[in-house]
Amino acid sequence: MPDYTLTHLHQLESEAIFILRETAAQFERPVLMFSGGKDSILMAYLAKKAFWPAKLPFPLLHVDTGHNFKETIEFRDRLVADTGAHLVVASVQKAIDEGRVVEEKGPNASRNALQIQALLDCLEEGQYDAALGGGRRDEEKARAKERFFSHRDEFGQWDPKNQRPELWNVFNGRMSHGEHFRVFPLSNWTEMDVWQYIKLEGIELPSLYFAHERDVVVRNGVILAVSEFVEPRDSEVVEKRLVRFRTMGDATITGAVDSNADTLEAIIEEVAAARETERGNRADDKRSESAMEDRKKQGYF
Amino acid sequence: MSHQSNSTDGYLDMGLLRFTTAGSVDDGKSTLIGRLLYDSKAIFEDQLEAIETTSKQRGDENVNLALLTDGLRAEREQGITIDVAYRYFATPRRKFIIADTPGHIQYTRNMVTGASTANLAIILVDARKGVIEQTCRHSFIANLLRIQHVVIAVNKMDLVDWSEDVFKRIKRDFTKFASRLDNMVEVSFIPISALVGDNVVEKSERMPWYQGPSLLYHLETVYMGPDENHVDARFPIQWVIRPHSDEYHDFRGYAGRVAGGVFKPEDEVVVMPSGFNAKVKAIHTMDGELEEAFAPLSVTLTLDREIDISRGDMLVKANRPPKCDQDLEAMICWFSEKPMNSRGKFIIRHTTKETKAVVKDVKYKVDINSLHKIEDDLEFKLNDIGRISLRTAAPLCYDSYSKNRTTGSFVLIDAFTNETVAAGMMI
Repeated sequence: MPDYTLTHLHQLESEAIFILRETAAQFERPVLMFSGGKDSILMAYLAKKAFWPAKLPFPLLHVDTGHNFKETIEFRDRLVADTGAHLVVASVQKAIDEGRVVEEKGPNASRNALQIQALLDCLEEGQYDAALGGGRRDEEKARAKERFFSHRDEFGQWDPKNQRPELWNVFNGRMSHGEHFRVFPLSNWTEMDVWQYIKLEGIELPSLYFAHERDVVVRNGVILAVSEFVEPRDSEVVEKRLVRFRTMGDATITGAVDSNADTLEAIIEEVAAARETERGNRADDKRSESAMEDRKKQGYF
Repeated sequence: MSHQSNSTDGYLDMGLLRFTTAGSVDDGKSTLIGRLLYDSKAIFEDQLEAIETTSKQRGDENVNLALLTDGLRAEREQGITIDVAYRYFATPRRKFIIADTPGHIQYTRNMVTGASTANLAIILVDARKGVIEQTCRHSFIANLLRIQHVVIAVNKMDLVDWSEDVFKRIKRDFTKFASRLDNMVEVSFIPISALVGDNVVEKSERMPWYQGPSLLYHLETVYMGPDENHVDARFPIQWVIRPHSDEYHDFRGYAGRVAGGVFKPEDEVVVMPSGFNAKVKAIHTMDGELEEAFAPLSVTLTLDREIDISRGDMLVKANRPPKCDQDLEAMICWFSEKPMNSRGKFIIRHTTKETKAVVKDVKYKVDINSLHKIEDDLEFKLNDIGRISLRTAAPLCYDSYSKNRTTGSFVLIDAFTNETVAAGMMI
């Protein structure tokens, strides 16, 4: 009898492709949320696999806080050209300019909360009924109970006590008018799985993920890259350090880590040895222990 | 001893084991999972710091490992787990996905949910309490969902002086009860202490009378056998791929995930339910064509002739066809707070097909504590399990659940609220 077993990475790949196809089939107007980070790059890659040789049957949606690393935008535009996907941009700056949201004040102001509104507005405007995201259950405690098909009410809110049970691989994407779903094909992947798969498949990543020299300041224990959005304050000292980023987010809050990992192999070594979760470097999760749960309830991805 | 797998080569050969955990309140289930994650180094420093702080605030004596898995704020406040949570860890041998399900009486539906994707179940028994009603309930559900491998983890051995007699009695009691559960291929008994770690990752030195493996070693090495059905060929169509490009002008591919059997180019297949015949032309992936496709691979098939095929149809082989019928018998578990309206119409989702269904008859319910049939109260309320007959608006092509978990399972959806109200297993 031949050996019909699949390695765990191939099982995860097959599962993600299955979910992507279910999303295309069950919803009228799905959209893939693209942040520029490795998880969303992986999502776009798996979507390409799921529908090959056809193009993606849904657009990519980028929630643009206006505080971008330029590498992220360049990479995004190249990827869009490569997949032939349509790109939709939800601009936080535009939402501020139009008065739909008010920017936080104070020294630790962040545009994180504003992303929620920009995203929800964009979903409503485009009448998107399913937003595919790269969220994983291993990222954070509140995500461990997230569904593959996560139901959001007409206010875009997540009610952790009222989620539909998911059994086998049967997914219920039915909804009432005005409601929508978030869909997470990478739910069962861990950070290590993502890195190993990227290496296995030779998926290209933005240069920010690899160690490079950069001017940084240390603020509240987080290493921030100096840019037009992050200017050193009086007491802060600008240093040149060898760093890399573990997540791609808003440049004002995404912290770098000291690292000399300049290849995928080196990053995998580093991830294996890491004693801190990826989100440990994000200032927004440090606000309170339940920070993520609170943001999810409001409609954060 | 490090269990984190660092080397890429090893990582690419790892298998996957999905297991579920069930136990009553205070059986130490969260502590056990915390212990597995902690001792296998799946916990990060910032997570550990966070629970250390919380443990101190609550006045716990030791670091409360249970806090690692109690994710939602409501749970932390009430100190109970209220929903299925998924956890991940890996050793150099296997990657593990844990469906952590609560043990409360009212949460049968969560346990059914967690068990539906599991290959193995760990059922916790408190050494001081022995085999109790909840143990029987958890075992019944594991058996109903066709989990073939069960581990009875006799926990809190530290509180019974590591007594071999206690362990033996529990083993005897459970074995007697389990003789009625026909799907369990293998039941293992392991005496542990989740709190102090004996026989969880490392073998205990305090129970020399126990010759078996530690729990983690058992999970790493238990032979899963072919959990998928590789005999009866089943390919539910998810999506039709038509590129409309110059290069692939006439390409018409059927995308799906193999649900059983093996498909190869040149294989004769039958399209269900229409009954048309065709030959597989090729098995496509972005990485090139495959020689064969088997469960659970996601692939795209092309056929040698143009037939009208759409989502919800199934490709099978003529020698071992599925049943194809509008009338079917099933075991269901009721998931809704609202009792089942026995004259109600539902949406049924089975593989990639969706149609309407009515309940024709309720045969019986099962008292899951005694395993007796209930025939005088046939109203399905939250967490009730029983047997029904259904009639569907369109024929479904299915196998019995005992043969194929993918083509033998379905959910019922309330057509008005869109809630998933029941999980079903074809007989």
